[in-house]
Amino acid sequence: MIIQTKSDIVPSEITPKEVFDDRRKFLQQAGLVGLLAGSAGLLGNSAHAAIPGNLSPQSKTNKSSLRLPGFSKTQYGAGEKLTAYDDVTSYNNYYEFGTGKDEPAIHSRLFKPQPWTVSIEGQVKKNKVISIEDIYKLAPLEERIYRMRCVEGWSMVIPWVGFPLSQLIKWAEPNANAKYVEFISLADSQQMPGVNLPILDWPYVEGLRMDEAMNPLTIMAVGLYGEALPNQNGAPMRLVVPWKYGFKGAKAIVKIRFTDKMPITTWMKAGPAEYGFYANVNPQVEHPRWTQSSEKRIGAGLFAGRIKTQMFNGYTEQVGQMYAGMDLRKNF
Amino acid sequence: MLAWTCEKTFKATSMLRFIGKVPSKKQIAGIKRMVFLLCLVPLFRLIYLAIADDLSANPIEFIERSTGFWTLFILLTTLSLSPIRLLTGRAWQLQFRRMLGLFMFFYACLHITTYIWLDYSFDWPDIVKDIAKHPYVLVGALAFVLTLPLALTSNNFMIRLLRERWKLLHQTVYFIAILGVVHFLWLVKKDLREPLFYMFILALLLGIRLYYKISSAQSRK
Repeated sequence: MIIQTKSDIVPSEITPKEVFDDRRKFLQQAGLVGLLAGSAGLLGNSAHAAIPGNLSPQSKTNKSSLRLPGFSKTQYGAGEKLTAYDDVTSYNNYYEFGTGKDEPAIHSRLFKPQPWTVSIEGQVKKNKVISIEDIYKLAPLEERIYRMRCVEGWSMVIPWVGFPLSQLIKWAEPNANAKYVEFISLADSQQMPGVNLPILDWPYVEGLRMDEAMNPLTIMAVGLYGEALPNQNGAPMRLVVPWKYGFKGAKAIVKIRFTDKMPITTWMKAGPAEYGFYANVNPQVEHPRWTQSSEKRIGAGLFAGRIKTQMFNGYTEQVGQMYAGMDLRKNF
Repeated sequence: MLAWTCEKTFKATSMLRFIGKVPSKKQIAGIKRMVFLLCLVPLFRLIYLAIADDLSANPIEFIERSTGFWTLFILLTTLSLSPIRLLTGRAWQLQFRRMLGLFMFFYACLHITTYIWLDYSFDWPDIVKDIAKHPYVLVGALAFVLTLPLALTSNNFMIRLLRERWKLLHQTVYFIAILGVVHFLWLVKKDLREPLFYMFILALLLGIRLYYKISSAQSRK
């Protein structure tokens, strides 16, 4: 006869296998963090306050609560070498969560991208509100592998999941006066610590000309690497305009407004001499701070050097005609 | 009124003079060795992180930022030794000036090497363009060029050879510090808190010197 005794360990107390296996690594790194904190000193700077290895924000706990429906693959970006998931999700410019590149991943952990609604207003047939779940169903989702060039001189290749912005615009039914589209991001000081600092004029505002917004390359991204968009990358929905500098890609969009006048974007206000409305990637137009004729590809390694920046980030064939006859030096 | 303030300050600082004792020669040698090792920590940290592949998604920028930070940090530390003497009357820490100055130069060299080698792969036309077109790079490059004569004349032979002119030459360090802070200030896109903090520290350090210079000139009258 087998005498079965009940274990007095509650299942919830059992250490998960991964955590158990990782304990040495965890202890080592925890010790290292302490050591670094001591040596890096009082003058915290993003360059010294990096969090090593497994404690990094992209660990399993940071997954979005949203689940993407299925999506189809596309030909966009075929043959491009993808930037590693960890790099895409740990090196972000998202000032609502802090100005350091590593801060968004850390400070967006508790951000809630659900429930979420986007309101449509301005030059439209009728103001509307749509939930993120309904946005998912608006158009079939597809994967688009795009190059992303930041105005600061670095670039990535990211497999976005999203749908053409034109689909959302069709649903929004803008009227004949709509010449521009304005994108307004969430500015919630409770969830976004950076919003408490007057570094930018919150909320973050971006904009596109109507033809740019309708261009088939322009997408609303709701995911990357096949999963729902991580918080630090702009969850639950962000703009991706691959031929423009990265800052055009407004994140955590809560409002889309159609206007007859060119919107004044956040970065135009912050530095009118440095950031224009168009912000097309253009190796011939200098920036007062950064070299724009070449770029560093993230993940290429210490000795890879720079690569030449391409006109319109290499998307001239698809978008060049929209700017025919325009002085791109003036309209930077 | 000024005399009264001076007297007050004098009283306060003379009180500070009795905090701690002057270390012995042996102790100073020990402290110096420790400071030397401490100054190497940032370098070994970078080497460790490089081996562990943990220099963030943009390792070149990380190294540039880190070496730039330590250059500025050590420079400001060097510049604080004299104000400490003025405030406390203690002078033994001045014996570390040369070593710290040379460590500043060491990190500045690492900073420039990273820029020329890792960032621009010795692409000289591009480097010249970058320096000429971007004010923050120009200011940084100028600061580095100005540190060269200071590093080259930091030995006893040159001190004896140049005498009064050596003192004059090494006063460039104030200008270099200002250039260094401006270099950081102009590089930052929008969040100026950190460079402004260093600017404040530098202003404080220079302000203390200026204050003592003016008040000693007045007392001589």
